[in-house]
Amino acid sequence: MTEFEVNGERRSVAADPDTPLLYVLRNDLGLVGSRYGCGTGQCGACFVMVDGKALPSCDTPLWSVANKSVITVEGLSKGGALHPVQKALLAEQAAQCGYCISGIAVTAAAFLQQNKNPSESEVRAALDRNLCRCGAHNRVVRAVLRAAKEMP
Amino acid sequence: MSRRIRFERDRSVWIASGKVELGQGINTALAQIAAEELDVALERIRIVAPSTAYSPDEGYTSGSMSIQEGGKGMRAACVEARGRLLAHAAQLLGAPIAELTVEDGTIRAKNGSSVTYWECAAEATEAPPAGAGVKPSGPARVLGKSAPRIDLPAKIIGQPAYVHDMKLPGMLHARIVRPSRPFKRIVSLERIKIPGVSVVQDGSFVGVLAEREEAAIAAAKKLREKSVWEESRVPEDFHAWLRKNVTERVITKEARSEVRGEKTLKASYTKPFIAHASIGPSCAIARMKDGKLEVWTHSQGIFGLRHELSIVLNLPVESIVVTHAEGAGCYGHNGADDVALDAALLARAASGRPVRLQWTREDEFAWEPYGPAMSFDLEAKLDASGGIVSWKHEFWSNGHTNRPGRSPKPALFAAGQLAKPFERTPAIDPALPAGGSERNAIPLYDFPDLLVVKNYVRETPRRVSSLRALGAYGNVFAIESFMDELAAAAGADPIEFRLKHLKDPRARAVLERLIPEFRNRKKAEAWGHGIAFAKYKNIGAYCAVLAEVEAGEVLRVRRLVLAADVGLQINPDGVANQLEGGAIQATSWTLKEDGKIGAVSWEDYPILKFTEVPKVEVLLLNNDFPSLGAGEAAQGPTAAAIANALYDALGVRVRDLPLTPERIVKAMG
Ligand code: FES
Ligand code: FES
Repeated sequence: MTEFEVNGERRSVAADPDTPLLYVLRNDLGLVGSRYGCGTGQCGACFVMVDGKALPSCDTPLWSVANKSVITVEGLSKGGALHPVQKALLAEQAAQCGYCISGIAVTAAAFLQQNKNPSESEVRAALDRNLCRCGAHNRVVRAVLRAAKEMP
Repeated sequence: MSRRIRFERDRSVWIASGKVELGQGINTALAQIAAEELDVALERIRIVAPSTAYSPDEGYTSGSMSIQEGGKGMRAACVEARGRLLAHAAQLLGAPIAELTVEDGTIRAKNGSSVTYWECAAEATEAPPAGAGVKPSGPARVLGKSAPRIDLPAKIIGQPAYVHDMKLPGMLHARIVRPSRPFKRIVSLERIKIPGVSVVQDGSFVGVLAEREEAAIAAAKKLREKSVWEESRVPEDFHAWLRKNVTERVITKEARSEVRGEKTLKASYTKPFIAHASIGPSCAIARMKDGKLEVWTHSQGIFGLRHELSIVLNLPVESIVVTHAEGAGCYGHNGADDVALDAALLARAASGRPVRLQWTREDEFAWEPYGPAMSFDLEAKLDASGGIVSWKHEFWSNGHTNRPGRSPKPALFAAGQLAKPFERTPAIDPALPAGGSERNAIPLYDFPDLLVVKNYVRETPRRVSSLRALGAYGNVFAIESFMDELAAAAGADPIEFRLKHLKDPRARAVLERLIPEFRNRKKAEAWGHGIAFAKYKNIGAYCAVLAEVEAGEVLRVRRLVLAADVGLQINPDGVANQLEGGAIQATSWTLKEDGKIGAVSWEDYPILKFTEVPKVEVLLLNNDFPSLGAGEAAQGPTAAAIANALYDALGVRVRDLPLTPERIVKAMG
């Protein structure tokens, strides 16, 4: 059994400790907001926060998050209230297919916790590990800058 | 009331579309049309994923035709439904149809009595009198206004949204076992024994089924590493190979006349294979139970897919239901259909349990059909006044579509790998006016002497099919680069030079829209500006692009300005979003993408990143001509505008895509 915290709740999972966190989240915990894109940490679609840091859940074995706190895209919104990043993404209509967008939301949320007043180029640099094939980048950047102003 | 429109108890309207959501926002645009024609609030419309079980067969969702075709079908169905409802309400309320008004689904007579759609839909079965459902003309309520996408909230908060996220009771996880290079057949399959994992083999088709996803991944990896395939040979230099393997030489357009030219210019261009490279690799779910097959897929053509599944699996079409579920953006024909057959083949061995097959990133890069490589020769003559009098354009290409359901032989990938293999159908090249490789090969300019020739190559050593814009991307790159070379030779301004040869007023208007931006361009060391234009497919949207680049160690596109005319805009923000997305993707193709065989990861096939993406401004020209799709209009002009800007910056012409640093350095000599 591996015990860890997901979106503020204590969970214990029987899966093999070497299982990538992504499949535990999606298949054991029913949290499918983290998407599979490459399985090798190269695209950002599966990003989650582990102790506040955004990283690829596809490349993170279950054992390594034991007793840590994981926040997934589902955990960004609290009690029905969207995270400022999610609100801003919606306001800017910052997606086409949206497959990349939950990973982007997580990366941006983690980034804004560190940098409350980022410049446009800092936002772009922070998102460089997240790929988007639809070309929604500029809208995403506008959304993150907008969210920065709303962060608590 | 109708198979595709239902008035639900919660006062929503359920509508089955024939077009599929590909991330282009089609469902929102269709909902806007339905809300407008039915006179109900947009929030009440629920567009339901198409299924062969209940949807109209509107063919493929492709080629920017969704709004043209799907919009028409949707409008007709809504007018019909509204007619029935009004005719029935007229009886109930004892008032003539012409005196009824509708507001958010409530039908009112002059005397104030009223009835709602939801109250009378069940009885409104009689055919209405002709024209009953046509709305009196008046200002549009919903159409032409930007509406937020109805599908985005679920995606942004991380709810299940894609076929990848479906979970059916008893579902097994699957992976496929294939090498990453073209192969003829499997020579030896490694035997493995892992509890909870079973291996399925039919000829050279191999897959694994497991209770847990990570077990399926591990088993497939092990099998792939230890098994042996016979590779097939692929040409080293595809462009040279194309020229040597022509199946048929076709005159696309010939309008010859005797002309006197002073100066002749010639140039050759190439475009490589390009991957669709969806962020989410293809996925499908299949269940085979009691002789019936159900498939959930992000295919662009559920009826075509059903047709081919029926051939390959030897099942009557009546025994197959194919239902659409969203995938990641696809930009053309990617692995969506192939993974569905793979899943169905595995489902045959799953004793009635549903099978979820996820292609890996490697599978997608190795086996999705790529947009074909093309080669172009251009030749033109200028007269003494610096005008083009003669134009020749000859090109070489494979066919541009290999979608399932278009030929009696299956196109689905696994069909050729079974123990009793099917002969694969080659990629075909759709005829003009839409065209495949010929798309946009005929210039929109007026040239007295014109010849356009296609060389079709049937044999496909590598899988190819439709990629966003098809032949238009390469043709427009070649034509508009060459126009720039000619303008330079004639000592002319690139916009003036184009206008001089262009009569179509809407074409002129988009180019003229860029004149102020172009005149005010900032001049600096190693910065350059380029212009290009096309009318997509010669029958679609007009788009002119201004590219601003900085040619340092690498070529950076700093800014793109798009002037576009897409006719009446159903959802202006949606149009801008699609044009911008298209231009950014085209920038990625143009700067970085070269689909060499053997690429299996984002490291082998890099795409444009956040720090590399240019600013994009979209200028939409307003008019109420019929709506035209916007999704592909920017692809070709963006490529040429970048190449032209590079020339402006450094004085070098790179004629082979992508415009990599190595090529730029080589061109500089
Ligand atoms: S799926 Fe994890 S980074 Fe791509
Ligand atoms: S919106 Fe489709 S990949 Fe980003």
